[in-house]
Amino acid sequence: MSHETILTLSLIVLLLPLFNFVVLVFFGRRLPRQGDWLGTSLLFVGLALSAVILYTKLTAYHDETIQATITWVNFGNVPGFGPMKMDLGIMVDNISAIMLVVVNIVSALVHLFSIGYMQGDVRYGRYFSYLGVFTFSMLGIVLTNNFFLMYVSWELVGLSSYLLIGHWFEKKSASDAAKKAFVVNRVGDVGMFIGIMILFAQFHTFSFDAIFTGMQAGQVPFGSEPWLTAAGILIFCGAIGKSAQFPLHVWLPDAMEGPTPVSALIHAATMVAAGVYLVTRTFAMMTADALMFIAYIGAITAFISATIAIAQNDIKKVLAYSTVSQLGYMVMGLGVGAYTAGFFHLSTHAMFKAGLFLGSGSVIHAMHHALHHSHDHQTDPQDIRNMGGLWKKMPITFWTFLVYTLAICGVPFTSGFLSKDEILAGTLAYGNLTGNYFIPIIGFFVAGLTAFYMFRVVILTFFGEHKDQHRLDSIHESPHVMTIPLILFAVLSFFFFFTGNLNPISVQGWFVNAVERPVSVVPAGVAAAGKEVFEESLHHAHAPAMVLSLIVAGLGMLVAFATYYWKKINADAVAERLKPVHQFLVNKWYFDELYEFVFVQGTKGIAWAYNWFDSKVIDGIVNGVGRWTMAVTHGTKEAWEEGHAGAIAYMVVMGFISFYAGWVTGSALLPTAVGVWGMAGYGLLSLGVAGMTFFLFYVGVGGFDNKIIDGLVNFVATLAGFFGLLGRKFQTGKVQTYLAFAMFAVMVFFLWFR
Amino acid sequence: MNAFFRDVIVFLQNPGLTHFLIISALLFSMGIFAILTRRNAVMVLMGIELVLNAANINFIAFSRYTTGTFDGQVIAIFVIILAAAEAAIMLAIVLNIFQNFNTVNVDEINQLKD
Repeated sequence: MSHETILTLSLIVLLLPLFNFVVLVFFGRRLPRQGDWLGTSLLFVGLALSAVILYTKLTAYHDETIQATITWVNFGNVPGFGPMKMDLGIMVDNISAIMLVVVNIVSALVHLFSIGYMQGDVRYGRYFSYLGVFTFSMLGIVLTNNFFLMYVSWELVGLSSYLLIGHWFEKKSASDAAKKAFVVNRVGDVGMFIGIMILFAQFHTFSFDAIFTGMQAGQVPFGSEPWLTAAGILIFCGAIGKSAQFPLHVWLPDAMEGPTPVSALIHAATMVAAGVYLVTRTFAMMTADALMFIAYIGAITAFISATIAIAQNDIKKVLAYSTVSQLGYMVMGLGVGAYTAGFFHLSTHAMFKAGLFLGSGSVIHAMHHALHHSHDHQTDPQDIRNMGGLWKKMPITFWTFLVYTLAICGVPFTSGFLSKDEILAGTLAYGNLTGNYFIPIIGFFVAGLTAFYMFRVVILTFFGEHKDQHRLDSIHESPHVMTIPLILFAVLSFFFFFTGNLNPISVQGWFVNAVERPVSVVPAGVAAAGKEVFEESLHHAHAPAMVLSLIVAGLGMLVAFATYYWKKINADAVAERLKPVHQFLVNKWYFDELYEFVFVQGTKGIAWAYNWFDSKVIDGIVNGVGRWTMAVTHGTKEAWEEGHAGAIAYMVVMGFISFYAGWVTGSALLPTAVGVWGMAGYGLLSLGVAGMTFFLFYVGVGGFDNKIIDGLVNFVATLAGFFGLLGRKFQTGKVQTYLAFAMFAVMVFFLWFR
Repeated sequence: MNAFFRDVIVFLQNPGLTHFLIISALLFSMGIFAILTRRNAVMVLMGIELVLNAANINFIAFSRYTTGTFDGQVIAIFVIILAAAEAAIMLAIVLNIFQNFNTVNVDEINQLKD
């Protein structure tokens, strides 16, 4: 299989979902079953093709990068910039081949699951078309080899997220959540755009390869390394927005308003992974400072969201915060330099988090049916306090959910154990190298919290007693089309598929051999610890990290079981004792309230200030001028009629002054070539103006103004009326007819007066 | 046939002044179409915005391809700001029309004909 074949296949994989979108948007109504079979089958074909691509790439072209570029537009010589050309292209290397498979698996299985979950939905066909455009955009991010196409696909993914979160837009909370997601993403995208532009301004190209080659040759943006750090951090800003890192993490929990399969696809496995993917793509250009920034943001995010997750009661919200926390893990892993670990966690997390969301979707679907059956529209089907004892009634959901939970907690034999362990070892290696142990401490603490809140969810949902026995009786397992994806994801959460190595605690295998940390192209002064140094430290940190992570996860699980299963610790009493802390966590650290106060109220405050200025100051001036004019005219009239000597004297003096001012202005305005006659002429003119002003005052005051001036005005109006009557036919009263006449007149002018 | 397609692609890949003028002409005519044929007053306003933006593209294109200075771009920024202010006033007028006539259908607002 040659390079061209691989590239063609990847183009087909990219365009199949787009074809799906176009067909479903235009012909969805007319297809039988609104076209869900079309979307799902096209995705499975895409999945097969991407599996073929991955296999071929890893066996035949393991260490190569296959690219193809075309010129999109050539602007020639731009004044002040130089020759400017914009290229588009795709590249297939190991990480994009792996991501192709990941995205396609999750998308295909979510399509399958949605056939069961969204049955009877009001906008069934449109839902599948939006899933198609989302998959196309995500694959665009994965396959691109330049910043421009990545930015375009980035925005498209944000748009698809908006459309899908707001799927049930009649519900105000859903449409608000969609807007919030889009706007918060956009804030991150502004930073990313600035970062891309910094690189473009220096290297005059968007292509990754060209930029990295330029950096390796010694070129840095604007000739200084701080600008390189700035560019790296700004590009990471896009990842902050897209991957819901602190401080732009606020959109992801609200995004749970969308249908659960959408949450599985977008907000667990793929779109939020796009930010992490961007960091892996641009890893080579990150300086040590940028990487430290990335690591800290990841650690802070992981910590904040894990603490919030332990206090949430809605099953989807817990999973949403869990996603934010795990994304923080991935970003942290990349920031400390554990490139392979971060990407590994991305792939494994995609599998088990999508499975977790689909499993919770299965539970919610069953609860919904049971509540509908008992005509109960008050109870929340997503609240874990309303669940319990479901493991007997929904066995497949339970066992697969348990597998996913074990994976996310990092229990051996799962893939999650391997990836999480690698990240924690990486943070420990970073700590050993730099002496900064803040990040590893956070990492291990969050691992413990993760185990705690995940098992809390499992115990409260599946074990224990259900409050309403009647409701429990009407709960049954989901249909096959929904349980098959669950089983497949559970199978994929085992360690074997990611290593091909029979040792469950060893990470060596095809994956880590395929994903190698790229050589940094940053100038040596600001580069982070090199690959060899880091891997040496990693080797030593492996064993302690593994032991520590097992202890920490075990502790978390123990506390969860003690509190919720054996009921040794009373959770409510603890919440009561630590009420302020508990409230702080339940209210999500008050981030939404903070943003509301700073940005929304702040904008309203500025708007109020401008409004005050406009109505008081500017309108004051305008109204004041009018009132002054009125006062002057009334004043002169009254003064003349009542014979106020002082006022009349004032008017005479003003008349002379205006004459003098007119003379001076006239003489100042005269052109230098004109002689004495010009001067005399101007003088006479200003005399006339001044006199006329005085005369008009007198005439107006005397009442002649009303007869002469008004008479003139009335005469002109009558004339206009006469001619108007002539042209009455043209008066249809419709504005657009008048506009058409005006256009016609303009065209006549253009053609006649060439 | 192949040569024709190649010519088209080469034409599209190397933009010059003509490309921008064509786009500006297309936008302008679409804007005029919207102004003259839409019944909803707000749609007419959208047409006006299209016309203004077409003029903007013209300014920028001529500035870029004829003189190398940035005069056209600066003018374009002025036009954008003025268009914003104008849009605010136009919307205020439309609002007043609605309050008086209870409709925004321009065909029904023909009381000036007698």
